[in-house]
Amino acid sequence: MSSIAMPLPDAGLLAAKDRIVRALTEALPPETVIFDPAETRAYECDALTAYRCPPLAVVLPRSTEEVATAMRLCHAAGVKVVPRGAGTSLAGGALPTADSVIIGVARLNRILETDFDNRFVRVETGVTNLSVTGAIVADGFFYAPDPSSQLACTIAGNIANNSGGAHCLRYGVTANNLLGVRMVMADGEIVELGGPYLEPEGLDLLGLVCGSEGQLGIVTEATLRILPSPEGARPVLIGFDNAEVAGECVARIIRSGVLPVAIEYMDRICIEAVEAFTHAGYPMCEALLIVEVEGAEAEIAEQLATVEQIARGLDPVEFRLSRGAEEAALIWKGRKSAFGAMGQINDYMCLDGTVPVSALPATLRRIGELSKAHGLDVANVFHAGDGNMHPLILYDANTPGDQDRAEVLGAEILRVCVEAGGCLTGEHGVGIEKRELMHEQFAAADLEIQMQVKDVFDPGWLLNPAKVFPLDASAPRRDPKAGERA
Amino acid sequence: MTDMATRPGDEAELAVTIRDAAASGTPLFIRGGGTRTVAAPIPDNARHVSLAGLSGIRIYDPGALTLVAAAGTPMHEIDALLASENQSLPFEPMDHRAILGTNGAPTIGGAVATNASGPRRVAAGACRDHLLGVRFVDGSGQIIRSGGRVMKNVTGLDLGKLLCGAGGTLGVLTEVALKVLPAPRLGTTLSYPDRDRSAAVTLFCDALRTPFEISGAAWRDGTAHLRIEGSDTQVAYRRERLLARFGAAEVIEGAAHADLWRGFRDVTHFAGPGDLWRIVARPTDAPAICAALRDRLGAATSLDWGGGLIWAAGPDLAPSAVQNCLTGAKGHARRLRPPAGAAPVAETTAPRVAAVSRALKDRFDPAHILNPRLAAM
Ligand SMILES: Cc1cc2nc3c(=O)[nH]c(=O)nc-3n(C[C@H](O)[C@H](O)[C@H](O)COP(=O)(O)OP(=O)(O)OC[C@H]3O[C@@H](n4cnc5c(N)ncnc54)[C@H](O)[C@@H]3O)c2cc1C
Repeated sequence: MSSIAMPLPDAGLLAAKDRIVRALTEALPPETVIFDPAETRAYECDALTAYRCPPLAVVLPRSTEEVATAMRLCHAAGVKVVPRGAGTSLAGGALPTADSVIIGVARLNRILETDFDNRFVRVETGVTNLSVTGAIVADGFFYAPDPSSQLACTIAGNIANNSGGAHCLRYGVTANNLLGVRMVMADGEIVELGGPYLEPEGLDLLGLVCGSEGQLGIVTEATLRILPSPEGARPVLIGFDNAEVAGECVARIIRSGVLPVAIEYMDRICIEAVEAFTHAGYPMCEALLIVEVEGAEAEIAEQLATVEQIARGLDPVEFRLSRGAEEAALIWKGRKSAFGAMGQINDYMCLDGTVPVSALPATLRRIGELSKAHGLDVANVFHAGDGNMHPLILYDANTPGDQDRAEVLGAEILRVCVEAGGCLTGEHGVGIEKRELMHEQFAAADLEIQMQVKDVFDPGWLLNPAKVFPLDASAPRRDPKAGERA
Repeated sequence: MTDMATRPGDEAELAVTIRDAAASGTPLFIRGGGTRTVAAPIPDNARHVSLAGLSGIRIYDPGALTLVAAAGTPMHEIDALLASENQSLPFEPMDHRAILGTNGAPTIGGAVATNASGPRRVAAGACRDHLLGVRFVDGSGQIIRSGGRVMKNVTGLDLGKLLCGAGGTLGVLTEVALKVLPAPRLGTTLSYPDRDRSAAVTLFCDALRTPFEISGAAWRDGTAHLRIEGSDTQVAYRRERLLARFGAAEVIEGAAHADLWRGFRDVTHFAGPGDLWRIVARPTDAPAICAALRDRLGAATSLDWGGGLIWAAGPDLAPSAVQNCLTGAKGHARRLRPPAGAAPVAETTAPRVAAVSRALKDRFDPAHILNPRLAAM
């Protein structure tokens, strides 16, 4: 049983399925349109798997122009469109409704241009995150945002969710590495925003589109800033027997003037799961930090000396330098498999609340208290350098009512994050999951003007409706006739 | 128009001022320190609104690298506080006083409203990249909040990015939250004389693809400059490697180094009257654009951002003529300093993008009262 509501499908559109599919198959190469229920089932959910619903049809175009054709037809027929990349969203952002058509960019997967002089690549947005770096690494470059899902997730999804990764403390999130997009508007017109230069022209519509969760258009091409690979990188592992001291260590490192590329945090539950899964050799303790710095040998040594001095001043149970690539890989191996390891021992719900770094210790304490009060374990593994927490609420999907209890606890934890000066989601997006909690973070006027921005791009509210904005707030726009009927 | 500026004491008073102005159709010219505005005739019924009353640093959390300040806070207050913790605004906001011939104290709200980003843009990102959240009053007098004060946030649409660089035409910023960074301990310049623009851009492209974190790549008067910053160890190492790679250079340190980059940041070499254009382009297009500007219009040019930013000055650089110099190139141009009596000119955008921008203006400022001259740009 799941508790997040979705609007009822439009019976008229469901009845018109044959007509809609015919229009699509007539205008597009037939192999790009999927409508057999046996096949559309593969698109019924994203990584928030508790919520499923097959769409009316799925279109997988091979060019921006085909996306535009599909979009134009849906617009003319008043059909809702759900944009989709690889479907790894954890927030239900790519979840279809029964009366919607999915337009997926999976087949738009070409690298169009690499320009090392001007330091950008231009790609179709269905390329995976990792393949962007893969295409340029031999030339000494990389694409910085590195979500843990990078093997699967697409640049399209990264742009929609403004995705981050372990290294964004230093290199920023997707928005900071995105120079331009080609985008199909809700009515099918193709626009370009920004380009292979450092500032978009006019109003920063590019910045608005990044992180808009498919609300404003379908992004089909992206110009991405690429960076020269560092000469070297080295992680250290620091263990503490107290979560608050670990939090203090993070703040002190940042304050010292060293800017590590990553500071990752894991708690005991997580360490135990990871050890059982990967045997990374982590020390058993309350809180473990992985701190990574970059540069040439001498630069790394200098930064690590500062980190070590700070850590030792806080009495760690372990301070482990990595000597050589193998030890470094082992330190990261555990962290990188943390989500998989947790999945082995339990069902979990992954939150994404973000708090100011200075509020980490207090927030961790509150989460511990709430976990006890609700009788559900919570594991913590997250990007500590930027306060982006990922509390994992452990529950049993087969126990009736357990998921509901997890969702209630999740909402409580996110409220704590907002109260601490943080936000509901740092990198996963609002989707359907946190939609109703938007009232916690924003006043009515704040939400109203955001919805007015959507009005400008998508007056009919056909693009990914029933996401991001609380259902009651968006109802008059999604279904203008509902008021009259009532 | 009355010369006296309205000076609201807080956000709520500002909201009332704007609501009244919207009702009466009174144009409002928003002034932070008044250093980033072009002196030009404005309508008789217009009023100035000063943000001097909305001043002060609200939160400074060095361990979280965040600063929250009221929009009217003078930059020098912010710089001084950050310096006390060896931190700074990484985007090195430009001070517009030299090129616009203005007085007063630049404010943080003005820096954000103009997305003011200096030479370090090429390494650290622009102002908009460090903007974590905003509070603002829209053109109907509503108080709005977007973003927050944490470094990662996808909770709703990012209106801060939209307002950053919009020149106060969509809303009046009242509070901004910014990401700050440790200030570089040391900086050094490697100067390569006798380089024309093409040779300079080639050097910049080559230098910027090394891992040595060039934090400034700028050219003027025949000399190309590379800036390196960091700890003593880092600067010494990078300097040695760059010299080995690109040949002997004049090394500039200390106050001369700081002055040089302050000069590039504020474009002091193009102070004074006359047209001044700011052109953002693909770096490898810069030499051809500059050649066209010189040959056809007699413009003087300098380069920043490794060639990605061109400043062009001249007595008479008409918009259509400047546009023509960009034909075939990737980039766009904005007239920052118009000749006396004329208005600034914004970048041209594609028709649909322009239509979307106008529609956003209609939503954020339905009565079109906020900074109308800029809004017509
Ligand atoms: C194991 C795991 C680990 C993860 N780790 C991270 C992490 O470290 N950091 C992080 O940030 N995220 C992480 N994520 C979340 C997820 O991978 C990212 O949000 C990713 O960017 C989604 O990409 P996708 O291609 O799968 O997009 P989808 O899930 O298909 O879609 C995501 C959103 O984008 C919209 N969208 C898709 N394509 C387009 C388009 N062309 N135009 C406009 N909108 C579009 C969709 O409608 C939806 O709202 C993780 C997920 C998993 C399952």
